[in-house]
Amino acid sequence: MKAAVVILCILNSLTGNLAMAQPYYPESDDEVIETLPPRGKSWFEIKLLRIKVKSSPAALQPVLDLASRYIELGRAESDPRYFGYAEAVLAPWLKSGQVHPEVLTLRATLHQNRHEFTPALAYLDKALALQPRLGQAWLTRALILEVQGNYAAALKSCLPLLKLASALVSQVCIASTQSLTGQIDSAYQQLMLALPAAQSEPLQNRQWAMVALAEIAERKGDSKAAEQHYRQALKLDRNGYLLAAYADFLLDRARYREVTELLRNETRADTLLLRLTLAEQALQLPTAQAHIVALAARFAASRMRGDTVHQGDEARFLLHLAHAPEQALKLAQANWGIQREPRDARIILEAADALDCPEQIQPTLNFLAQAKLQDVRLQPLVDRLSRSSS
Amino acid sequence: MMRLIIMLATLLASTGALAHKPSDSYLTLNADAKTLTGQWDIALRDLDYAIGLDINDDGDITWAELRVRKQAIHAYAFTRLQLSANQQRCSITPGDLLVDEHSDGHYAVLLFQASCPTQAKQFALVYSLFFDFDSQHRGLLTLATGGRTATHIFSPEQDHYGFKRYAEVSPWQSMLNFAHEGMWHIWVGFDHILFLLSLLLPSALIREHSSWRLKTGYASIFKDVLAVVTSFTLAHSITLSLTALHVIALPARWVESAIAASVVLAALNNIYPFLANHRAWFAFGFGLIHGMGIAGVLLDMGLPDNQRFISLLGFNLGVEAGQLAVVALALPAIACLSRQPSYPARIMKLGSAGIAMIAAFWFLQRALDLPLNILELL
Repeated sequence: MKAAVVILCILNSLTGNLAMAQPYYPESDDEVIETLPPRGKSWFEIKLLRIKVKSSPAALQPVLDLASRYIELGRAESDPRYFGYAEAVLAPWLKSGQVHPEVLTLRATLHQNRHEFTPALAYLDKALALQPRLGQAWLTRALILEVQGNYAAALKSCLPLLKLASALVSQVCIASTQSLTGQIDSAYQQLMLALPAAQSEPLQNRQWAMVALAEIAERKGDSKAAEQHYRQALKLDRNGYLLAAYADFLLDRARYREVTELLRNETRADTLLLRLTLAEQALQLPTAQAHIVALAARFAASRMRGDTVHQGDEARFLLHLAHAPEQALKLAQANWGIQREPRDARIILEAADALDCPEQIQPTLNFLAQAKLQDVRLQPLVDRLSRSSS
Repeated sequence: MMRLIIMLATLLASTGALAHKPSDSYLTLNADAKTLTGQWDIALRDLDYAIGLDINDDGDITWAELRVRKQAIHAYAFTRLQLSANQQRCSITPGDLLVDEHSDGHYAVLLFQASCPTQAKQFALVYSLFFDFDSQHRGLLTLATGGRTATHIFSPEQDHYGFKRYAEVSPWQSMLNFAHEGMWHIWVGFDHILFLLSLLLPSALIREHSSWRLKTGYASIFKDVLAVVTSFTLAHSITLSLTALHVIALPARWVESAIAASVVLAALNNIYPFLANHRAWFAFGFGLIHGMGIAGVLLDMGLPDNQRFISLLGFNLGVEAGQLAVVALALPAIACLSRQPSYPARIMKLGSAGIAMIAAFWFLQRALDLPLNILELL
């Protein structure tokens, strides 16, 4: 309810500038009323696959290909509609008696995208029971367990990759898990050694390794190395995750101009618009207000359809842009119940710090201490909150 | 709340930041006594994906391209939305096609009318738009009937929604309903009655030279009561209305504690008089706080959107009627008992002390948020 009040306040302060939308008749026949998303060559491929799936509904391969293309496109464009398409392509194949392990793995990936980790893990376990040599299933499983903060199980799920996947993929899986459990230096060094040897690896995998290195370096407090890795990764390709991580890196160093430069045209994805707006607010740009309203409306719209995917980002929005720390803490804690990456810990700590109520987040502090998580961004907060709680 | 969100969602045109979001359609249905009308906002991007709108394949959809596909859109959409009444299919007649902007782009706005068996009360909607190719599509329904609003989310797992049509309540009926609520609330809300009783206890007396003296004649008693009751009424009507209309809002705990404190003070005033002959002002001042408390129940009930003022008036009148009934019962007893020589020293003081104790307990309970119940102790 308080969130609604916050939204109302924001809305009130802006009603001056905003005209209420109303259904209307466009003025002329030539008026362009919608521009469809840009459709590159993958769209042509998708069109062909759609026809194939329709004409031979009993063939598995076109279904797997089509679902995978949709997932790739959804990730590249940060556009969740494609995940819904992929889910629908797989749906008939999950109803039949004999379910294919690859179908299960793709379905699990879609659950993972929506942060529905319990059904995702259930599908993966089922897939691996049918086909234990499914590298993708082990990898997705490891990534989910790592996000959940279950590091020992995540590491166990990385190990089969040493045989089933490339050296680089298994190395990133192992190193990123170990870096969260008190072995940050050795994890970084191992990954640094693995990367130059993997020039023949697909671009996405090399980029993934670079982002992992950047994040580990950032947690170690080595800004210079982190920046180098981020820039190296950006040279290969732009994607939503990388842009968000690099924007956070820049925000932490008050390099707001570079954030607005980086994300100027990235207002469609909520995660990126959030970071852009944080920079705009810091620079006191006039666009910040309109973007705050847009974000409030998007989070509200997502809640209206019953989604909880964006709780972490919404908590950040509430704390830093809507200035509602109580609401932010509540949401950050709900998010912490689902995922436990350093950034999830950070928003809880920041909200508790703003409210000066460390006792409410004792479980989070305990978790961080137990995991021996090293992160220079979290340490000052942890120290301050632990001091005032004891 | 839902309306606010839809309002927000449609507002984004002006911010120039279009979102990437999962697919939603917005379905609004108005079911009043005779007609059933609706508005259905469906994303152009989704319609294009389903039936193709971009005829010249240039990535842009023009108004002309949309308009020529009107029939096809209607045929596609309205075979995926079924409305039935008492298990009989209603026929849906599509109306105008318009355009609107939501957070992720422009939408086709489909207006429609449904004709169902006239006597039907039990309705059902079955929604299946886009579920065949997008499992994450959701249909967000807002249903308005008889002054109430309900919402539902259609998904592949939950594609049914049953609802009843409520007849529009006449303004007169609505006023009576709220008057009844107001009266009832005064009778069960002991704190307001005890406050009023405390102020009425000395109404047959006058304070002179530090002692109580019996008033002569009923006219002056009546004038005294009239002044107290009118001030109290005036004051709490003001704050009740302002609170119910969301003009002012104070924390409930604060208000409830202040009300308990006001009862303590009113009762103590009879034992240690400090405002004996100015109780009308006293009634007015604290009446302002009581109004905010009385409004609480109204906030919980919610005022019907289209009959806010008539309902508010009804509630206020109910409160007054309930209050006058209390006065009518208490006043003869007070007037009669006041003739006893022991009234000021015994009856009034003992009664007031009792009231003060109960109210003090309430105060502690409310101010400190104690989970105690006075009735268990009495």
